[in-house]
Amino acid sequence: MSRAAVPSGRTSAKGRRAGWTPWFYVAPALLVLGGLLVYPVCQLGLMSVLEYTQAQVSGGEPTRFRGLANYTELFADDQFRQVLLATVGFAAACVVSTLAVGCALAVLLTRVRALPRLALMLAALGAWATPTITGSTVWLFLFDPDFGPVDRLLGLGDFSWTYGRYSAFLLVLLEVVWCSFPFVMVTVYAGIRAVPGEVLEAAALDGASQWRIWRSVLAPMLRPILVVVTVQSVIWDFKVFTQIYVMTGGGGIAGQNLVLNVYAYQKAFASSQYSLGSAIGVVMLLILLAVTLGYLRLLRRQGEEL
Amino acid sequence: MNLSVRLAAFTALAAALVTACAPRTAGTSSAGTDEKSGTLRVWLFQEVDNRPKQHVVDAVLAGFEKAHEDTEVSVEYIPVETRAQRIKAAFNDPKSAPDVIEYGNTDTAGYVRDGGLLDVTREFDAWGETKDTDPTARRSVTVDGRVYGAPYFVGVRALYYRTDIFRELGLSVPRSQAELISTARRIRAEKPGLYGLAVGGAYTYGALPFIWAHGGDLATGEEGSYASALDRPAARKGIEAYTSLFGDDNCPAATCAGMTGNDTVTAFASGKAAMAIGGDFSHAAVEAGKVRGKYAVVPLPGVEPGSIAPAFAGGNNIGVLKNTAHRTLAVDLMKRLASKRTQRDLFDAMGFLPTFTDVRRQAAATEPFVKPFVRTLAAGTEFVPASPAWARIDSSLVLPTMFQEIVSGRKDVAAASEDAARKMDDAFGSAG
Repeated sequence: MSRAAVPSGRTSAKGRRAGWTPWFYVAPALLVLGGLLVYPVCQLGLMSVLEYTQAQVSGGEPTRFRGLANYTELFADDQFRQVLLATVGFAAACVVSTLAVGCALAVLLTRVRALPRLALMLAALGAWATPTITGSTVWLFLFDPDFGPVDRLLGLGDFSWTYGRYSAFLLVLLEVVWCSFPFVMVTVYAGIRAVPGEVLEAAALDGASQWRIWRSVLAPMLRPILVVVTVQSVIWDFKVFTQIYVMTGGGGIAGQNLVLNVYAYQKAFASSQYSLGSAIGVVMLLILLAVTLGYLRLLRRQGEEL
Repeated sequence: MNLSVRLAAFTALAAALVTACAPRTAGTSSAGTDEKSGTLRVWLFQEVDNRPKQHVVDAVLAGFEKAHEDTEVSVEYIPVETRAQRIKAAFNDPKSAPDVIEYGNTDTAGYVRDGGLLDVTREFDAWGETKDTDPTARRSVTVDGRVYGAPYFVGVRALYYRTDIFRELGLSVPRSQAELISTARRIRAEKPGLYGLAVGGAYTYGALPFIWAHGGDLATGEEGSYASALDRPAARKGIEAYTSLFGDDNCPAATCAGMTGNDTVTAFASGKAAMAIGGDFSHAAVEAGKVRGKYAVVPLPGVEPGSIAPAFAGGNNIGVLKNTAHRTLAVDLMKRLASKRTQRDLFDAMGFLPTFTDVRRQAAATEPFVKPFVRTLAAGTEFVPASPAWARIDSSLVLPTMFQEIVSGRKDVAAASEDAARKMDDAFGSAG
């Protein structure tokens, strides 16, 4: 836009053409993005400042502007703060575990022979391809106090995993890691394969250990890939819904395993408080944006181009 | 200049976006019209075995179409699990909405507030058959003194028990709540593999009779100004009694805290429990289980020996949607669908308990199984607050959370009931 300030008429006309042409090219993408992204987000934001429940939707009562009342109500709610905290902690644990498992297995993949590699790949792809509901149900069955094989194998008797808060979160974490590590593993594996063999060979000749090679050679070279999988994992794990909903029966005993997404669902759809649900959605959106932008900024400051 | 053009374009785009995304409110497209012919659309709930119901309904429709020329009725059986979404969607989009619906009676106040149901007080009072309508059933279609539908059937819960186990252990059928609890413990002690009485932390309607039996209540006050009574001493006694059933001496908290009503009935039907609180509508499920022929049903005992704990009068109603374009026809169809004759036929076909006291008496005379349920109904039933807030209280799991907090030892009865009462008052405060 600063080009518009150039005084010469000729340059200005040229500048205008150059100014509009890129817009013309991105217009289709912008239209799609606008329709699929901006419109719903705008709806969400608008709803979160209104009084908008089932009565307003079906015309029983007029829609009323509430300003930030939904947000103050939300942050005054003990349960919301508790759920927010649990969500952040749970998502962090999931991201760390997923990345650790995914990266470790990716390295392992480059070390083993063809047959075990194929087996590992197939197992991972199977986990990846399993629909979340199916996966959650199967895991729940595996850990069932009456019929599940896990309790029997570990000799736990009829220990109920979903009864305690932390054991329930642990159970869900295992399932989340199980269904999301393949993405990390496959992506990182592809990245490792692209690293020139000489580099690794040189490191090995210098007597670097496996851990040292990962730490000082592979990880820095894979940085762009790791950034992408981390951001992806943060977003996925922060928005976990199905696993919690299915495995803990909609939030666990006395709501002990609620995470933000399930909580928003309870507010918005189960009890038809669409505006409160939207406010939770906006808060989630802001948190995710902040985390992602903060992370990218941190990397940029360390001098990495993405 | 080119800056201002672009600026203008952006402003226009932004303005268009903001105005375009204002949340929608459904209009009242056809309210007020009263066409005397055309097609009426009806939504009824899809039952597990729907054929007998369909048979009864088809007979009603044949009579209706005969009586009204040039009218047709199309019936859709909607799945019970997704009814909430379907009916909400119908309120939101009057054009694709049905004229007549079946709905759960705890939803009445919520649907009325949502502006979905038609006030049929005049027609209901002018309808001769309603003089025999059971008062609790009438209460379940009434909001603020106005009637919004016709009771369709009533569902009530009672105590299922295993006759073979009672005989083996030489037990007699409990006559009071204290006996019920001690009998349950005794069975568990003698047969550690069984739950004495299967209870569930998420089984609200199985727990409420305990509160009512002690003289407690969910809420007190009038429509529009309810206040929770859960933290009053009487209600607390009931909560104490119900939650005392969770534990290794009856139903271990680790498994029972998360159970729902269906889970407890399943436990009973599969032979894992010696007693359970089940509805007349659970009959088929129990008959299909392992315990067939080895059980009997009695009313759930109250506090005094020989008394009956007030049960929750569940059930469904038939209502007319406010936006119907066929007011007269739809109301007539509602009356036919919920008439004495239809209810009698539905009882024979499906076992649904009639909402008319005289029809119910006849039913009990022909089918001994329903006797304990009819006795429970005759002893007096209770209903949830007729407030739109109830739907929110129910769906945000206020009561299950309270029971689960107590049985998992997180809070004591006093603290948990106080918190639950506060949440209920919040809901009443914002919904009336």
